Amino acid sequence: MAQELLRLATAGSVDDGKSTLIGRLLFDSKTLFTDQLAAVERASRDRGEEYPNLALLTDGLRAEREQGITIDVAHRYFATPRRKFIIADTPGHIQYTRNMVTGASTADLALVLVDARKGVLEQSRRHAFLAGLLGIPHLVLCVNKMDLVGWSQERFAEIREDFRRFAMKLDVPDLAFVPVSALHGDNVVHRSASMPWYEGAPLLHHLEEVHVASDRNLIDARFPVQYVIRDHGRDFRGYAGTVSGGVFKPGDEVLVLPSGLRSAVRAIWGPGGKEVTEAFAPQAVTVELADELDVARGDLICRPGNRPHSGQDLDAMVCWFAHRSALAPGATYTLRHTTRAITAEVRSLEYRLDVNTLHRDESASGLALNEIGRVQLRTRQPVLFDPYRRNRATGSFILVDDATNDTVAAGMITGPATRVVWHAATVTRDERPTRGLTVWFTGLSASGKSTVAAELERLLVAAGRPAYLLDGDNLRHGLNADLGFGAADRAENVRRVTAVAQLFADAGIVAIVSLISPYRADRARARAAHSDAGLSFVEVFVDTPLAVCEARDPKGMYARARAGEIRGFTGIDDPYEAPVAPELVLRPGDGDPATMASAILTFLDR
Amino acid sequence: MTSTYELSHLDALEAESVHVFREVAATFEHPVLLFSGGKDSVVMLHLARKAFWPAPPPFPVSHVDTGHNFDEVLEFRDRTVRQLGLRLVVGRVQDDIDAGRVAEESGPRASRNRLQTVTLLRVIRESAFDAVFGGARRDEEKARAKERVFSFRDEFGQWDPRNQRPEVWNLYNGRHRKGEHIRVFPLSNWTELDIWSYIAAEEIALPPLYYAHRRQVVQRDGMLLAHTRHLALLDGEHPYEATVRFRTVGDATCTGCVESTAATPAEVVAETAATRVTERGGTRADDRVSEAGMEDRKKEGYF
Repeated sequence: MAQELLRLATAGSVDDGKSTLIGRLLFDSKTLFTDQLAAVERASRDRGEEYPNLALLTDGLRAEREQGITIDVAHRYFATPRRKFIIADTPGHIQYTRNMVTGASTADLALVLVDARKGVLEQSRRHAFLAGLLGIPHLVLCVNKMDLVGWSQERFAEIREDFRRFAMKLDVPDLAFVPVSALHGDNVVHRSASMPWYEGAPLLHHLEEVHVASDRNLIDARFPVQYVIRDHGRDFRGYAGTVSGGVFKPGDEVLVLPSGLRSAVRAIWGPGGKEVTEAFAPQAVTVELADELDVARGDLICRPGNRPHSGQDLDAMVCWFAHRSALAPGATYTLRHTTRAITAEVRSLEYRLDVNTLHRDESASGLALNEIGRVQLRTRQPVLFDPYRRNRATGSFILVDDATNDTVAAGMITGPATRVVWHAATVTRDERPTRGLTVWFTGLSASGKSTVAAELERLLVAAGRPAYLLDGDNLRHGLNADLGFGAADRAENVRRVTAVAQLFADAGIVAIVSLISPYRADRARARAAHSDAGLSFVEVFVDTPLAVCEARDPKGMYARARAGEIRGFTGIDDPYEAPVAPELVLRPGDGDPATMASAILTFLDR
Repeated sequence: MTSTYELSHLDALEAESVHVFREVAATFEHPVLLFSGGKDSVVMLHLARKAFWPAPPPFPVSHVDTGHNFDEVLEFRDRTVRQLGLRLVVGRVQDDIDAGRVAEESGPRASRNRLQTVTLLRVIRESAFDAVFGGARRDEEKARAKERVFSFRDEFGQWDPRNQRPEVWNLYNGRHRKGEHIRVFPLSNWTELDIWSYIAAEEIALPPLYYAHRRQVVQRDGMLLAHTRHLALLDGEHPYEATVRFRTVGDATCTGCVESTAATPAEVVAETAATRVTERGGTRADDRVSEAGMEDRKKEGYF
């Protein structure tokens, strides 16, 4: 019985019913123990409350119970036959940003609650923004207290659209919406009888099914050396650590940084000396190299053709944690990054971000508790890093105050601050006659993507709007002729097409991309790149069942894949990860390609 | 079929714990592992050995002995330490009582549980330990649910729940001044069921107390206490024989057992998966002192 682990962080203000929802999840999934429930009932009675206050389950500290507030993150555990869950229950209103960051840094999924009566509040937006900033790939918006709005389908749709419009500005690749009543248990563990109009799954079912395996970076091999293990009796010298990206295999040629020495992997040992044939994140292993090299804690092992950035100047987003001091340019801290500790100076504060309005205050001179800003750091020695978006492990750091030993900030590296300045154009986007964007079609081979995409291009051009179709198959004749169909090549394919689409969109053209793009993580990176550049990105999922695609098989590809002539064919022996929250979904019953294309046009014009 | 690159939850938990052990060994000068012979500390020791294979764990183990321990557990402790060639530092509560540093509770319900904090802090101070591995799990108790993996303790060993260091990603901050120390909890994210599943999967040996056996017990305050030489009987209490096992093992005067016929790790896993009472709920008198019993003890320096 090999269950997968899912880490989730909850957010939302106390009044939105967060603790009740967690209590309900535990209770209905039969994880809540009878003595815990009895303790809650007893404590509720003592406080003169009529019903068992499930918030008391998660508020464990004396001061929390006395004041009825949540002070710090609590961790809760529950399991179903399919998965084990770790909930980081983060406080809603006190010291929100710091606590949310603390609880959510390792989360796979963020659960944000809104009260159906109040709708999307500032707080919901802030939490969604933080989830995006922290690179949490999946977000579920639970619209709670549906019982208090008469189980209204219209109200739910209104909130969903409101939030979706806001989320388009964020880097949240996977967004789901569930209408619930935590108090009554509707759509939490069990399907609600009061909301027959809701076609989706109850919350727990979604948590069990959400696909997280592809969220990890399996491309960029990274192994920060944590500890050197020597056993003189056996003449053993191994480098212990946790794989933080990519896959390592015995025989791999590797590069040790910062020394630049090369060697090969002789063997990889799992904990306790179990020899393994490959190691991937987040496995803790011990690596033996073929050559006797001087390798120490703080070094990083990677592949020669795929190195991380190395530099002393970092550009990063930081969240300030300290209440006793503020971040100010000129101050120095100890920067803890992977397995290294390096002195770093804050060179400049580029801007302070208002997490409620997303406004950038460039006149800010410092960051106080719970504030987020973009900074430039200079480190005493080079740091080996990747942008946080590409790798949460090699892109994150903390700052430690040497005077107090406090952890004063969490940081996410945006990239090197090498000042390779973007060549500034004299024409701004607003000055161009048309505004561009990217419409990204994804779906199985023969799902009908390209047909609809071509139809959309025709409609746009006919209406006098510049548009250009970037078709995956066509691009493989030129730009991507050197790429194959393995996961790494597919990722590179998506990266290049993304870059080209961005250029078109920036030029004022509607870039229409038609690409199977089977992996969610690749599409998430495309979306994030557009978001960084301030360009709109509309994901259209052409949801044609495999059987239909296979029956169509215009190029005979499925037949060849079934016959074993083609390996790694999407839908046959390679997975297709369907989008969970695309802007648009097209199904075979939605009409002919022209009808579908005009539906997209209507969406774009909204 | 290529690899799916998915880790089972036990493998993920093991990797996380191994990472913590190595991090401490790499960044502290004098770590120590609290080892009582109880199941969580046995799992900790097992993980520590796996983390540093093929070398032995680069730190000693320590046990705070209340003097009221189960004989079977002490035997297991000493045998394990001998077989693995570990250095064991024992702190005896009796020594602190004899020296007048603590006063023993009196009366039939007297317990030395609370006194062990003083002994623990003395051992840490005397041996200048700077990192102390404890087997506490967040699922055990509501105050422990708020605990960090690296828990800063001041020079008095105190835990300040309102002023904990934020802990993000797996970047742990173990910085401290001389005299201060860090409690480290590699099993933070494990549940009781995880522990048992791991014991079964890895075939880890435990003291026999953890499996069903016949013994003399006494009913007290809704708990089943073992009738040992450490337990003074109250009026009207009559020991009787029952088939029991222990879910948690500590001081014999405040650790209860449960009626059970589970005699193998697999049977205990099945029983644990089905139980509707928490590990500490039915078996630990020390948690029943007040709503915040554990929190108060942790603030004093308990682990």
